Amino acid sequence: MNEPRLDADGEMLCLNGVTKTFNLHNQGERTIPVVTGVNLKLNAGECMALMGSSGSGKSTLIRMIYGNYGCAAGEILIREEDGSWTDLAQADPREVIRLRRHRLGYVSQFLRVIPRVATIDVVSEPMRLAGASDSESRNRAAELLTRLNLPEALWDLSPTTFSGGEQQRVNIARGFVHPYPALLLDEPTASLDKVNRQVVLDLILEARDRGAAILGIFHDHEAREAVCNRFLDVEEFKAAA
Amino acid sequence: MRDETITGETVPVPESGYNFAYLDEGAKRMIRRAILKAVAVPGYQVPFASREMPMPYGWGTGGIQVTASILKPEDTLKVIDQGSDDTTNAVSIRRFFAKTAGVATTEKTEEANIIQTRHRIPEKPLSEDQIIVLQVPIPEPLRWLEPREVETRRMHALSDYGVMHVKLYEDISRHGRITTNYDYPVMVNGRHIMAPSPTPKFDNPKMGNMPALQLFGAGREKRIYAIPPHTEVKSLDFEDHPFSIQAWDEPCALCGAEEVFMDEVILDDQGGSMFVCSDSDFCQRRRDAGHKGPAVEGDDT
Amino acid sequence: MSELLRVENLTKSYGRQRGCTDVSFELWPGEVLAIVGESGSGKTTLLNCCAGRLAPTGGSVVYETRHKGLIDIHGMSEPERRFLMRTDWAFVHQNPRDGLRMNVSAGANVGERLMAVGARNYGNIRNAALDWLSRTEVDPDRIDDLPTTFSGGMQQRLQIARNLVSGPRLVFMDEPTGGLDVSVQARLLDMLRDLVDRLGLSAVVVTHDLAVARMLSTRLMVMQQGRVVETGLTDRVLDDPQHAYTQLLVSSVLQP
Repeated sequence: MNEPRLDADGEMLCLNGVTKTFNLHNQGERTIPVVTGVNLKLNAGECMALMGSSGSGKSTLIRMIYGNYGCAAGEILIREEDGSWTDLAQADPREVIRLRRHRLGYVSQFLRVIPRVATIDVVSEPMRLAGASDSESRNRAAELLTRLNLPEALWDLSPTTFSGGEQQRVNIARGFVHPYPALLLDEPTASLDKVNRQVVLDLILEARDRGAAILGIFHDHEAREAVCNRFLDVEEFKAAA
Repeated sequence: MRDETITGETVPVPESGYNFAYLDEGAKRMIRRAILKAVAVPGYQVPFASREMPMPYGWGTGGIQVTASILKPEDTLKVIDQGSDDTTNAVSIRRFFAKTAGVATTEKTEEANIIQTRHRIPEKPLSEDQIIVLQVPIPEPLRWLEPREVETRRMHALSDYGVMHVKLYEDISRHGRITTNYDYPVMVNGRHIMAPSPTPKFDNPKMGNMPALQLFGAGREKRIYAIPPHTEVKSLDFEDHPFSIQAWDEPCALCGAEEVFMDEVILDDQGGSMFVCSDSDFCQRRRDAGHKGPAVEGDDT
Repeated sequence: MSELLRVENLTKSYGRQRGCTDVSFELWPGEVLAIVGESGSGKTTLLNCCAGRLAPTGGSVVYETRHKGLIDIHGMSEPERRFLMRTDWAFVHQNPRDGLRMNVSAGANVGERLMAVGARNYGNIRNAALDWLSRTEVDPDRIDDLPTTFSGGMQQRLQIARNLVSGPRLVFMDEPTGGLDVSVQARLLDMLRDLVDRLGLSAVVVTHDLAVARMLSTRLMVMQQGRVVETGLTDRVLDDPQHAYTQLLVSSVLQP
């Protein structure tokens, strides 16, 4: 497999003055500020933990970087393969989709899938969309599902009926199937048993070692200490309500 | 009932009180214009202001109006119904024109210069100085799939004919072959799909490159269309299910003819039957010439 | 990559009544655009104008044809437009009865597009029909049955087979799961998504169901009173809606 290899000190992600407010038009035109002026730089091979209490804007920040939430002000720069930078805060939908396919992975807390699609296809899809062949993608998916101890008997079933832990492992396999240069993790070890938690931590470390820039939210203190080499307290940017 | 087979010497006098060939000259002129347009655009259905005729729709009022409009006093008319000169319909129409136009009538195909017909084309090939007029009940070949007239007209205008093969496809998928035996759709001059009226598909090949002018009249539906002489007429089909005509295992029981269109005639209540030529004139002339079919072999009549 | 369909300032008014006003968007190959909005918001009018089924009052709909490049479809001759509509384009109606011939067999329904563009080999047409029936999960044994004997979900899948047999590049869908049971909807959506994905189709999907939009589309356009009030990446519009109407729409969805 050709994994993109970056310089250890190459910058991958750069946030300048990122600000988010929610404007609720139907609830008395309320404006809810979330974060103001977030600055951060993340290099290839780094894993940064976002810290802060619940509601401090960690998940919001992750979603903004993924393009899932809009950005009220500031820049969210991601490094392209050719070394140039693209501002995700300004990118049009097509650019966001391209970056999501090739550059930026995301493991959310919840699995969102279409009913009836087999687990193996759910997991292999991102790799297929990034350009790999069907068989290559399925092999890689199978490899990850095996590592994550998901019984092979379940692979042809839709994950919609799986338990919370099983769904989370499917979600993680899906997030790691393609070697993204930048990876966003929202509580990847939540609802996992000890054995599988270790598998996920290994996956994160392997991604880090191959040079991925990782930004994550880890409530689990041990997990955070095990994989992260940088820490950022989001409370610093908490907007005054 | 031989009063209508009148020859040159005994031309009947038309009934007084009617215009020549019943229709008034204005109506004839209108119909002739429609005919000219139909000839100019082979296979295209030209609307016309169909007149009330002294007989019900379905009895050939479209064909009669066409015949009335092209008839001249010196013409000789033959009228057939299902190939036969002596069925009620044929006799009535022949008498109608004998009375209202005073034209000569005949049963002999080659003697007539105008032949009005329902459901058959004579077996004897027609010539350049003849016109055949076909009576049509439903002129629109697309009607069975598309009930809207506006839409069928647009389909013709755009040569949008995919649905015609849908019909043939359905035949093959249901019965293993194309079972449409009458009114089998044809492509005229490579442009318009046309209903050949309920003639058997046996007659379709005769329509192609025919030296005679073919006119089609639909009285109730108020349409006239035409195939000019020597025009290409192709029956629709599939490469792997090519068009073919009906064939019979036995010759005509009366005249022994083969490769003609035949009618089955029931002989008794035990299911006995025989096949005879549908074209009564053709059969009679063969018998007159001494041909004998299996049913009359050895008979000395 | 460049646009397959470009809609510019499209307006359709019915007398003084406005169907849709000043709508512009571009669709690229492989993209699925969903148009959402309540009934009467003009989304079906917009779809019909884009699909060449309705003449707009103003603006243009330009399509990248295979051989002649970009052409305004409303400036084409009628035969050209019809040819395009039955070869390169597909239109899936909400009610399968509007998109099927109910009085001919399933096989003939699928084969019609092929015959319309000149296919004249019965065996090949039938094989193509069998292939598409199985790809749309209709039992191939039902090939000679009339659509009237099919369930609603099967009729809808048959309509899709009938449309896709000609290998179109652009599919217009008007509430494709509209009249179906929820269980049948999921199956159809999954099938549609898979087909769109595997065939690299572009699609414009009109729906009032935000879940359908999320599942099928990458981009979303929100319409209100004939105008586009918000547009963007589907998940961003649904998760971080900016316009008051979109916020209302998103917050009105019942969560099971």
